[in-house]
Amino acid sequence: MDWSQSLRLIAPEETLSVASLVLLLVAAWGGDKAARLISILAVAALVAAGVLVAPALCGGAMGAETSAFFGQFRADAFASYAKILIYLSAAVSLVIAPAFFDRFKAMRAEYPVLVLLAALGTGMMVSATDLLTLYIGLEMNSLAAYVLAAFLRTDGRSAEAGLKYFVLGALASGILLFGMSLTYGFAGATSFAGISASMTQGLSNGALFGIVFVFAGLAFKISAAPFHMWTPDVYEGAPTPVTTLFATAAKVGALGLTMRVAFEAFGDQSAAWQQIVVFAALASIVIGALGAIRQDNIKRLMAYSSINNVGFILIGLAVANPEGAAAMLYYMAIYVAMTVGGFVAILMLKDENGEPVEEISRMAGLSRTRPGLALALAMIMFSLAGIPPLFGFWGKFLVFKAAVDGGMVALAAIGFAASVIGAFYYLKVVKVIYFDEAADVVKGESDFWHKLILVLSCVFISPLGYLLTPWFDGLTRTAAAALFSGL
Amino acid sequence: MIQTIAFYLFAVLTIASAAATILSRNPVHSVLFLILAFFNAAGLMVLTGAEFIAMLLVIVYVGAVAVLFLFVVMMLDIDFAELRAGFVKNFPLGMLVAVVLLAEMVLGIGAYKAGALDLGTPDGTAATPAGASNVEAIGGLMYSRYLFLFEAAGLILLVAMVGAIVLTHRQRSGTRGQKISKQNARRPDEATVNVKPEVGKGVSL
Repeated sequence: MDWSQSLRLIAPEETLSVASLVLLLVAAWGGDKAARLISILAVAALVAAGVLVAPALCGGAMGAETSAFFGQFRADAFASYAKILIYLSAAVSLVIAPAFFDRFKAMRAEYPVLVLLAALGTGMMVSATDLLTLYIGLEMNSLAAYVLAAFLRTDGRSAEAGLKYFVLGALASGILLFGMSLTYGFAGATSFAGISASMTQGLSNGALFGIVFVFAGLAFKISAAPFHMWTPDVYEGAPTPVTTLFATAAKVGALGLTMRVAFEAFGDQSAAWQQIVVFAALASIVIGALGAIRQDNIKRLMAYSSINNVGFILIGLAVANPEGAAAMLYYMAIYVAMTVGGFVAILMLKDENGEPVEEISRMAGLSRTRPGLALALAMIMFSLAGIPPLFGFWGKFLVFKAAVDGGMVALAAIGFAASVIGAFYYLKVVKVIYFDEAADVVKGESDFWHKLILVLSCVFISPLGYLLTPWFDGLTRTAAAALFSGL
Repeated sequence: MIQTIAFYLFAVLTIASAAATILSRNPVHSVLFLILAFFNAAGLMVLTGAEFIAMLLVIVYVGAVAVLFLFVVMMLDIDFAELRAGFVKNFPLGMLVAVVLLAEMVLGIGAYKAGALDLGTPDGTAATPAGASNVEAIGGLMYSRYLFLFEAAGLILLVAMVGAIVLTHRQRSGTRGQKISKQNARRPDEATVNVKPEVGKGVSL
């Protein structure tokens, strides 16, 4: 093992840790007055880290030369793809934050630092090729997330979200650790390569229990049913920029980690976990669709929508081949754009006093007071529902295509049928904002950055997004190939 | 032979006290059973030859649990007079527990002296380097092979610290902090006054 090589491979992680430490010092001396400056520098650090990971994706890095620190960490094209999504969404959650927190006088200097550390942990998760790296990355991300969820500590809902997330997250970590210790005990190795090598002759009962517990813990982190209960409460209570981070960066990280564990550690034993993933996928799609129907709070609706979308992404995992993995990665990119757009649109829904409007019933007739915002929201809802010609359709199409090609026609058919149920509540929102009697509630002015990000994400999910298809096809295939090259 | 007996003793007591932790109604008893469970787990570690981890378990967990115990005692309304009331009646039982613990220690030490439990031959990264003590072996791995993860774990502690401060620290109004520069800038002539009070008039400051 070459130390300098290893240190070179973790350059993005080094950038982020040094940046967060330096910015913490700036925060200590500058106080909350320096919060804006720290935000800007944190975004710069995330961009720099993104630039540092990009070559691995463009060059399609894979194999032994991407492995650092005795096989504990891997900086291949797959990790690089996921990290770009993670850093991008973390940067977005920093850019949209000041306009939100300023109203509560709660824009504090620690917010950007914690977001940086959360992004660092999430990045470690997708690079993990060892159970220890997995757990340490996951805990770094989770601990920062618990604090961020409770960031508006004077607000009861935010404190509740933080506490709920912490208690349930700690329980899930415990389940995951239990599964990992069983896996380690029966495989005799913590590295994914070692676990995979020890399982070539078949699976003992103990190792099977380990796999079940590991997947249960991971399902909690990606909020797949039946481990989704915390999602609506946390998404509703957490400050909206933080919810954006949870729904994008944290979710991409946990999904990337799940893919790594499934394909690299337990790749030979896919029959053992496929049933779990198929069940979780279908349950998430159905529960996400049915649970959202009765919601009046748009943030809760988006939480159920994210459960629903995770279900579709898991269909790609259930197929357990490179085509499915590429479809998952493609879906994740589109999902991040739709979710960012959705939450920024929610941030822009303000009444004349600047108070956020979260009830769907109070958005009635939005198309008359704010036609641009209404159009953007409608586009995002149509895209989340997967209605062509919007880009959200393409993600679903690829996942279903991978399932059909992989011989899982029944899974694709049930998923397709359930997506029709899901379309109902998305269309309900569109109906309320376009056809209902105007409630004239949403009147507040919007921040420039909110408008910019909303426009960018809407352009991405509009039919113009299809122009990126050849490019995205290449990237996702490279990333998926890197993920499977270790086998 | 003695190792096997000691193993089953420790293992049974660990499980029994762990069950008692969640089954007992009195929280103070729960905490005490938890400590017993940790001690027995530490005994198991000693049996496998991992004496450093055994010490850590005792120091960290029993130490942490002692603090937890303090909190429980402070926060709950527990009548200590009632707890002490059955002292004479329960004295034989207490002595029995003490004897069991003493026997455990004697047995444990005897088993440790007789050599570690044979758990199969460790290989690969799990094997202890020959001739190295526990502490050396762990330190050698932690600061070389697992350096990256060690540093990352340090960052997690930083996140926890920042988080605790963010969530609990607040600026109170009306507190008087020490201003060292102001203290140092103060001169005797502006801090002291020389007054000559008349007899029977008192001083006005």
